[in-house]
Amino acid sequence: MKKVLEAKHINKFFRKPVLFQALNDISFSIDKGEFVSIMGKSGCGKSTLLYILSTMDTDYEGQLFLNEELITGKTKNELAYFRNKHIGFVFQFHYLLPEFTILENVMLPAKKLGLKSHEEIEHDAIEKLKLLHIDEQAFKIASRISGGQKQRVAIARALINDPTIIMGDEPTGNLDSHNADNVFNIFKELSEEQNLSLLVVTHDKDFADKTDRIIEMGDGKII
Amino acid sequence: MRWFLIILNISKTHLLSRVKQTSIAALGVTFGIGAFIILMSFMTGLNGLLDGLILNRTPHIHIYNEISPNLNQPASLYSDLENSMHVIHSIKPKQTQLKIHNALPIINYLNTNKEVKGAIPQVKTQVFYTAGIIELNGIVTGILPLEESRLFNFHDYIIGGTPQGLKNNLNGILLGIGAAKKMSLKIGDRVQLATPKGDFISLKIVGFFQSGLGEIDNVQSYVNLKTAQRILGENANYITDINVKLLDINQSVPMSKAISKQFNVTAIDINTANAQFETGTSIRNLISYAVSITLLIVAGFGIYNILNMMIYEKMNDIAILKATGFSGFDVKMIFISQAVIIGFIGGVLGLIIGFVCSKLIDSLPFETEALPTIKTFPVNFNYLYYVVGIVFAMVSTFFAGYLPARKAQKIDPVEIIRGQ
Repeated sequence: MKKVLEAKHINKFFRKPVLFQALNDISFSIDKGEFVSIMGKSGCGKSTLLYILSTMDTDYEGQLFLNEELITGKTKNELAYFRNKHIGFVFQFHYLLPEFTILENVMLPAKKLGLKSHEEIEHDAIEKLKLLHIDEQAFKIASRISGGQKQRVAIARALINDPTIIMGDEPTGNLDSHNADNVFNIFKELSEEQNLSLLVVTHDKDFADKTDRIIEMGDGKII
Repeated sequence: MRWFLIILNISKTHLLSRVKQTSIAALGVTFGIGAFIILMSFMTGLNGLLDGLILNRTPHIHIYNEISPNLNQPASLYSDLENSMHVIHSIKPKQTQLKIHNALPIINYLNTNKEVKGAIPQVKTQVFYTAGIIELNGIVTGILPLEESRLFNFHDYIIGGTPQGLKNNLNGILLGIGAAKKMSLKIGDRVQLATPKGDFISLKIVGFFQSGLGEIDNVQSYVNLKTAQRILGENANYITDINVKLLDINQSVPMSKAISKQFNVTAIDINTANAQFETGTSIRNLISYAVSITLLIVAGFGIYNILNMMIYEKMNDIAILKATGFSGFDVKMIFISQAVIIGFIGGVLGLIIGFVCSKLIDSLPFETEALPTIKTFPVNFNYLYYVVGIVFAMVSTFFAGYLPARKAQKIDPVEIIRGQ
């Protein structure tokens, strides 16, 4: 099985206000098509780990491989390109650009990648929105739709560049149970039907139980 | 190119979603640039007018024979007194003629020089204007009217006549307006002159001369060169002054030295004759630039403030842009392009407002004795100030945007996302 993501001996220290080891020798890997959740109590370092895996945080020790390519030590611009192409994000607070339409929000990462023409990107974006049953809202301004809808738009945006892996930081944390189920089902579908890899940080036990694998964390270590 | 369009599209959306803030920032630039254009156009217009008062009618080099004592007195030539101190009382100027020796060849020579715009002869003579038994002191200058007009804007000081009119009438005179008023003379009347030789000559008034300086207007009159030579009873090579206009005024000092050495005449350059005027011009320019730059810096701070606030508001957007693959440079360019767009729109509006106001000032009445042909305020519509204005607007807004944009570039998305 092809390894989509692999972490080797990752250590992370916070230096302020006092020296504190947030992550202690984390090693694990995710296979293609796997739906993995990271669980743990608040402050156990699970979000910290996610941001390191997402390449946004570069201040760590150890090695990180994405698509069997060493990521550690790349420049900020290379990492930005890498995130753009290979990683889709879904956050707890949807983080859409409020002044832009839904469609523009979804199209933006693809435009940045710049591999397709404007028409192709627009077509793709509509397809992704259809997949998430939110295409009828495409021309609304992002600040005018409900929270559940926003989260689905955020997922559509994460999918637009057909990433290798989707990462979620409490993607259902801010949603009611109906919308949370909805988001979970979308993830499950993506994982099963499109063989997409997913890594989701959550403290929702029900959510985690339904995933393929649970990584339990405590005090900066994998338990 | 595509990358730039994406960046531009994002900044456009940002700007349009905050029309109020954007337009206030742009208005700051508009007022700055507008004031700059108005100030510079008006100031340099006035400068041009004031300089013109001196520059246009003053030759760059004035060649004549000066009455002065000989520098080499006989005592200094006597070798027995070589090492002694000479005390000579009551030195008299040496006897010399007023006419310039070989004037016509000198004029021809100067006119072939590439740096010379034109060299023209004048004949100056004292006369009396006679009205009945009253005799008024006067100076008559013989000129080539058309050349004088071409090189020294002579036509600006003529009322009721033209240089051509003077040229066509060998018995014509442009009488100083002060003298004309004293003698109650009108255009078409005849005026009698008593020449230094005691002859009387009657000339027809073809126009009045007004310089704006009362003392000059009371005595100065102009006739044709030939007429002046006739008044003096001299032939065509009698020329007392040569006025030279150069293409580059800065050449006047070396040129005048060369001329005076080569032809053994007195040659005075304009800088020596009018040292003060350049100082006034440069100080007025300095003040205009200082005021404009101050205005633009204030506008720049306005933009800096608004962009700074915008970046605080847009922290989340910046974080998400970075998370989805926009680099720090992209984010920086988004904010810089916003600043420059504000600068460009505000600047162009400022140019338009500046132009309209300048036009308005240009149409306001402004009457001055000094320049009888000027009827409205002088305004300089030099396109260069518009270029400087828009460049300054773009540059100052670029810097005003650069600092906040660099801050945005450095924002760590993790901190923002975790901070929620």
